[in-house]
Amino acid sequence: MIRVKDLAIGYGTRVLMQGLEFEVPRGDVFVILGGSGCGKSTLLRNLVGLERPLRGTIDIEGVTHFAEVGAPPRFGVMFQSGGLFGSMTLWENVALPLQTWTALEPQAIDVVVRSKLKIVGLDGYENHLPNEISGGMKKRAGIARALALDPPLLFLDEPSAGLDPISAVELDETIVTLNESLGMTTVIVTHELQSIFKIARNCIMLDREAKGIIARGDPRQLRDHSTDPRVLRFFNRQSTRSGAA
Amino acid sequence: MTAPAFRIDRTDRDGSVRLAFSGRFESTALAPLWSELRSEMLGSGGPFVFDLTGASAMDGGSMALLLGLKVELESARLRVEVVGATGGVSRLLAILGNAPPKPTLKGPPGRIGILDQIGQFAALIGSRFAENLTYIGDVTASAARAIVKPSTFNGRDLGRLVERTGADGLPIVLLINLLVGVTLGIQGAIQLEQYGGNIYIADLVGIVVTRSIGPLMTAIIVAGRSGAAFAAELGTMKVSEEVDAIRTIGLDPVGFLVLPRVLALCIAVPLLALFADVAGVFGGMIVGITSLDLSPDNYLDRTRIALELRHVGTGLVKSLFFGLAIAVIACRRGLATQGGAEGVGRSTTSAVVTIIFWVVVLEAIFTSLFQVFGV
Repeated sequence: MIRVKDLAIGYGTRVLMQGLEFEVPRGDVFVILGGSGCGKSTLLRNLVGLERPLRGTIDIEGVTHFAEVGAPPRFGVMFQSGGLFGSMTLWENVALPLQTWTALEPQAIDVVVRSKLKIVGLDGYENHLPNEISGGMKKRAGIARALALDPPLLFLDEPSAGLDPISAVELDETIVTLNESLGMTTVIVTHELQSIFKIARNCIMLDREAKGIIARGDPRQLRDHSTDPRVLRFFNRQSTRSGAA
Repeated sequence: MTAPAFRIDRTDRDGSVRLAFSGRFESTALAPLWSELRSEMLGSGGPFVFDLTGASAMDGGSMALLLGLKVELESARLRVEVVGATGGVSRLLAILGNAPPKPTLKGPPGRIGILDQIGQFAALIGSRFAENLTYIGDVTASAARAIVKPSTFNGRDLGRLVERTGADGLPIVLLINLLVGVTLGIQGAIQLEQYGGNIYIADLVGIVVTRSIGPLMTAIIVAGRSGAAFAAELGTMKVSEEVDAIRTIGLDPVGFLVLPRVLALCIAVPLLALFADVAGVFGGMIVGITSLDLSPDNYLDRTRIALELRHVGTGLVKSLFFGLAIAVIACRRGLATQGGAEGVGRSTTSAVVTIIFWVVVLEAIFTSLFQVFGV
């Protein structure tokens, strides 16, 4: 369970969002959505502890201070570009958290690493370096590394952005399967509409002008029943310059 | 340590082994038992039944270990059946267990021995030589284009580059050359004092600093500061496809990125060398005053007599070529970057080492030439 209270985020004196309040129930697939530059990725960086909130609290499973270096991570994070270590093979990338934080024997680590790569459809690519695979594969490898320690919570930053439609659908299916089979709570930052409707059970929509949340709930319900013109514009892909509300 | 929230019960019946898994399985708790279980199973005859009826939950790692054991037993020609999985365990089994493992497409990166490295290096020399010649040709052609048609030159960055490579580096250049002047003065004073030629310390320091040491030390400092910065900057641009973007909008990366840097260093390095000369002479003067009982006026008068325009001029000519070499080599290394962050690091290191090598080579060549022609 994630509980966010009165959160303000930004950089220095520049406030991007304020008064953010939301909860992510255990086992949910929760999407943070909004237009480019509205602060989605900054919110994610605050949630995973890479940035300090300007104000307010983020409580993950009852713990507020979670960005500890030198302690096993309590959740997995996949970065927009995958964030893979370029000098390591995919096997080594996924094995690193297991070698660091578990007492598994090398043979068991090999079994687990191969299974994680298989889950994301990268079995066979164990010995490839990140620069030898496509962007979509890098993202999937990033998910495999995030899953290495079987975390109860997974954060994904723009998982399907920049992918071809087939790779994007496959990645969405992987996310849904992981959630269903492992019961993992998943928080995703995205503005890809197809992904949102396919994978999200709940969402919050951020808005740059409002500096806060302008809608929350099931994205399908929001699309079909919201009366907020900003929400409708987002879901109906309307330009702010067209004059249509 | 808390007891694991799971049980594994073994029942042997009619020659088959049935393992009943019950409870919640987490790989961190299962891991310590796994090798023991694995050895026990590999020592048993089989066939095996893995009964997951009682398993309420399994994380990915536990399922992977279980299926890893299954694959291992099957490869030993023992039959294994997994039964009774329900809910999330069944879905996880479907993802991980249905398809046989795919073979690894590529072998692990091989360890390269020293002989292999020497061989690869030798093979590279020829192609690198050709690439470097092409690059020098590109730089020359771009420079010619810029002279013929100045509007093609990217002059927007020039001022900022001269400031960054020149003015920003001035304090460290002054400090290092002051200390070099002091060192030269002390070493010279020890020798000259023996012959009563104290006053000639000004000749020694003045000429050595302006002709050789000042420009040389300045070039080495600029190589470490600006050469490394250029290589890292262009290397990062290369790996993040900015260089490709320059090409796609119809610009020549050499003309757009390299020429302004070359010109910036051709301006900044001689200017820095002039300041270095002053700092070096001042360093020698400190030693002359403190160790050889010379007055500042005596020292400066002697320096004026000893130093000729040609001494300072030869140093400046060298500095101009040092600046050219630093920029051309650093940009070449940056633009040749391959791979990610590691590639940028390799390019930067290689740029600094290559620059220092060529600066010393140029110093030797120019010193010999000036000697031959009596300059």
